[in-house]
Amino acid sequence: MTRTIVIDPVTRIEGHSKVTIQLDDRGEVVDAHFHVTQFRGFERITQGRPVHEMPALMARICGICPVSHLVASAKAVDDILAVEPPPTGADLRRIVNLGQIVQSNALSFFHLSSPDLLFGFDADPAVRNILGVARHSPELARDGIALRKWGQQIIEWLAGKRIHPEGIVPGGMATPLTADVRDRILAGVPEAIAAVERAIAWFKSDMLRWEDEAATFGNFRSAFMGLVDRDGNVDHYGGWLRVVDADGKYLADKLDPRLFNDYIGEAVEPWSYLKSTYWKPMGYPDGIYRVGPLARVNVADRMGTPRADEELEKFRWRVGRVAGSSFHYHYARLIDTLHCVEKIEQLLRGPDILSKHVRSFAEINRNEGIGVSEAPRGTLMHHYKVDDDGIVEWVNLIIATGHNNMAMNRSVLQVARSHIKGDTITEPMLNRVEAVIRCYDPCLSCSTHALGEMALRIQLLGPDGTVLHELAR
Amino acid sequence: MTTVYTLRIDGRDVAGSEDATVLDVARENGIDIPTLCHLDGITDRGACRLCMVEITGSNKLTPACMTKIVEGMEVTAHSDRLLEYRRAITEMLFVERNHICAVCVANNHCELQDTAEELGLTHFDLPRISPKVDIDASHRLFSIDHNRCILCLRCVRVCDEIEGAHTWDIMHRGLDTRVQTDMGIPWGESTTCTSCGKCVQVCPTGALFEKGRAVARGSKTRRPFLPWMKVVAEERGL
Repeated sequence: MTRTIVIDPVTRIEGHSKVTIQLDDRGEVVDAHFHVTQFRGFERITQGRPVHEMPALMARICGICPVSHLVASAKAVDDILAVEPPPTGADLRRIVNLGQIVQSNALSFFHLSSPDLLFGFDADPAVRNILGVARHSPELARDGIALRKWGQQIIEWLAGKRIHPEGIVPGGMATPLTADVRDRILAGVPEAIAAVERAIAWFKSDMLRWEDEAATFGNFRSAFMGLVDRDGNVDHYGGWLRVVDADGKYLADKLDPRLFNDYIGEAVEPWSYLKSTYWKPMGYPDGIYRVGPLARVNVADRMGTPRADEELEKFRWRVGRVAGSSFHYHYARLIDTLHCVEKIEQLLRGPDILSKHVRSFAEINRNEGIGVSEAPRGTLMHHYKVDDDGIVEWVNLIIATGHNNMAMNRSVLQVARSHIKGDTITEPMLNRVEAVIRCYDPCLSCSTHALGEMALRIQLLGPDGTVLHELAR
Repeated sequence: MTTVYTLRIDGRDVAGSEDATVLDVARENGIDIPTLCHLDGITDRGACRLCMVEITGSNKLTPACMTKIVEGMEVTAHSDRLLEYRRAITEMLFVERNHICAVCVANNHCELQDTAEELGLTHFDLPRISPKVDIDASHRLFSIDHNRCILCLRCVRVCDEIEGAHTWDIMHRGLDTRVQTDMGIPWGESTTCTSCGKCVQVCPTGALFEKGRAVARGSKTRRPFLPWMKVVAEERGL
């Protein structure tokens, strides 16, 4: 019999995602699927457009992470023009990208996840939201809001506006940096560092409370992928791809990101619009890997900035050289954020950062281009083919949430297995399914982030596919 | 000797020389009549129909840019009926092709956008046609995106009358009408185009643009007319 239980309070409900959990004859969980039920079609609608428009078009994919798409897209067009941006242009792009990661990481940790961590996964949803956090721990909420604001301001000041900025263009940046803007950003650095460090201190002090959760929150062996620079430090803008296995052994290092097609395959499942990527040498579905903050700290030797490196060392003491549980995305995200703030300061203090030479110009020199960068949620890949006049003929995008698709499915399965009791979906299980998906900070949590609740529907299916139980949120 | 005529526009007594149009006299007297195809220095064509005015004694609407003044003329340039028509014309220009302002090189520097704003066009009631329209990016320096072309024909006129190349012209009819280069061959293969860029300068929208321009702030800044264009036109007695 099908029953629908409506959970109140409900904030925004839009059918963006659905989880189905399959039971066998004995009522044991055999499989779980995380369905992404929205379709965008950007790879199709951009065909026929001049390639110089691509960064602006691609930024429209997301209102939270427009800069990530802007950066990857501009790099892909650079590749088609066969130009390198001038060093200052590249550094300014880095700063905008890091500002984007700071604000998005802050959104994920403070606005979306901190309510769960502060009040517990089983607390009343009416309290378990950012407003509840503001009442209970005003400083925590204020830090989150301030960090996000600082990141957004960097984007606005350097690239024109906070949402869908246009300052990152093929060949570099549209405008150089002024001393005034540099000084304004630098003035905010000490407070930004203090805010992240307060969050890290709080998270560490509370970590032991979540040991049980960490054990079942997507705790499995998988590979990890991320960009590193020539010294093995995390690189959010360029560098080379490194892939490590669950023991930290290199599966690949110093891979030219432009050759990603040789190593990464894409599988399509009938139950989701989101493609599942896999590490080709291991095949599908064994080639499961994760990207994002956890992967970045797992693949890199160091972060590359002093405070973040200190925290990374402590992270590794606590959870090992390669953290396997997706619960640690939160911790890794905070260290990632700390690194971004420090890196922004380093870049802004560079001697040539005010140089007026921020853009290179060229005509169409190649018919194919690839741009790869680190977005807040992980490695982002844009791949375009154009005709001789620069008109886009073909586009493929691999988004961080796609890289993590298999891992998210496996995490949901693990949580379901540990929390399914009989043929009903229990509230603790629903809360944890939401929370484990939130660890990966997939884009759908952004699109419906209002009060820390996602638009989510969970179905429990019997062996014959009948719906035993359904919960909507 | 030039004869001066007196007439009334929107109830105001105004005067102009015998060869002036209603639009000329209105503008000289600070009466704003919207138009998208008129450009000082090139001949008027009456293509956009936005400058339609009412003339007492005639039951037809008349384009102000194409109508020479006569003594004693009574012109209504602004009325509820005219505003409704102008809004409808602008709306039809938008729905006829694909205008996506947010990612257009002319965003915030677009005469079509400005006109819509001035006329208070806040939304479309008419269904969009959404035709599949091409872009010609074969020229080394410039591109034309027919999605954004409103067929004002400024490019055709400036190329013919000022540059003297007559590379641009029009082809087909009705919804299929397009501006074309050299009898419909790709722009990059044109043997008459001098690559002077005047057509790009005078285009009121983002249809004609410099190649390689990204959709960044002010990428196609508006230069409302080329000052020398008027001088040249006057010298030639146009």
